[in-house]
Amino acid sequence: MSIQVDKVLDCKGLACPMPIVKTKKEIDTLQSGQVLEIHATDKGAKSDLTAWAKSGGHELLQEAEDNGVFKFWMKKG
Amino acid sequence: MATTTGVKTITVKELANKIINHEDVFIIDARNTDDFDDWKIEGKNVEVINAPYFELLEGVDSILDRLPKNKDIYVVCAKGGSSEFVAEQIAEAGFTDVFSVEGGMKAWSEHLEPIKVGTLKNGGAIYQFVRIGKGCLSYLIDSNGKGAMVDTNRMIEPYEELIKSQKITLTHIFDTHLHADHISGGRNLAGKTGATYLLPPKDAEEVNFEYQPIHDGDEYKIGDTTIKAVYSPGHTIGSTSFVVDDQYLLTGDILFIDSIGRPDLAGKAEDWVGDLRTTLYKRYKELADDLLVLPAHYMGINEINENGSISEKLGILYQQNHGLNITDENEFRKTVTENLPPQPNSYQEIRETNMGKIKPEEEQQREMEIGPNRCAVR
Repeated sequence: MSIQVDKVLDCKGLACPMPIVKTKKEIDTLQSGQVLEIHATDKGAKSDLTAWAKSGGHELLQEAEDNGVFKFWMKKG
Repeated sequence: MATTTGVKTITVKELANKIINHEDVFIIDARNTDDFDDWKIEGKNVEVINAPYFELLEGVDSILDRLPKNKDIYVVCAKGGSSEFVAEQIAEAGFTDVFSVEGGMKAWSEHLEPIKVGTLKNGGAIYQFVRIGKGCLSYLIDSNGKGAMVDTNRMIEPYEELIKSQKITLTHIFDTHLHADHISGGRNLAGKTGATYLLPPKDAEEVNFEYQPIHDGDEYKIGDTTIKAVYSPGHTIGSTSFVVDDQYLLTGDILFIDSIGRPDLAGKAEDWVGDLRTTLYKRYKELADDLLVLPAHYMGINEINENGSISEKLGILYQQNHGLNITDENEFRKTVTENLPPQPNSYQEIRETNMGKIKPEEEQQREMEIGPNRCAVR
């Protein structure tokens, strides 16, 4: 994978709403165009992050599942 | 769930009772809009709005004008975490009567509310367990200390409670068919109580556990009550109805109050549509009009009676249910095989679980059952 990651956020073990609360905090510190890699274990995080990114104008570049950990790469809009 | 925020909580049981009692209820559903559109809390006097929690991270200003001033506000989410967060935000905005629904839609999906439908002519009663979040209905027939279950749901504790409090010895546990929308608790409850688990054999060809076959015309004595099996295929090839003491007709997923069963959940709509037609337009017609129909599902709040139960006389359904009044066979075929609603969530896995082929963990079983039942066509 060739995505340039600017920051990694660990949300493993956290339940809603924390993964998105933390993601928002981190995204707020990034510049437009920078990429945040998010790790979460909460299943609900997946559809919620997708919807949140859409409403916030961010781009969900890619997602993957690795051993029960959901990984997301989000580009700040 | 304890909360450190000071936000009040409400259990799904308390919320269900308010809705069954037709109280005015205002709900904010804080899940994402796709999940909300797919499935939500409904009731006669329920107003529900969708406001995803992730759009309220910095406060609730955007929804303030939609919040009632002098009413309790109930916030629900998927599991109960985000609703606390949102309820807290609303409380901070100056609203005092804000409640988070404990356990969220997951708990809502699992709640069973027992409602006494009526008495039996030789003594005893029949109870309908309303799974209000999913529209599943199951039944306990209690006749002078002996009992039978029909279409038991996965969460067996509410049945066990009633059986215990009414001092009932369960002898028979029937499933009207192999369910595709929810996981049967029949085998589990049979194991715990020593009752016999019974299934229609034509639905059980692939199961890998022991069961007693139900055949057309079989009669079962439960205390002083007689339950008679009536083979009524169409939703599945084995679907069997039960007549209780010439008073009640338990139709499974063949006939509902405002709709009829769909024949496609085992992938055989074309094969089974003829069976469905024969059951609804011939077999059931030979039964007495004053039988009270008790289905295994309901789809909408318009089907709920004043007392919270779901039932109607067979004769009335022949007058009012559209699915029983399609005279043209081709039109009937079209209605039940074309433009069907989406199939229930994880219906294949649920069928395989009910056959004993797969044994998902409890948490996975919960996930599989999330969403509406979708067993009917209108």
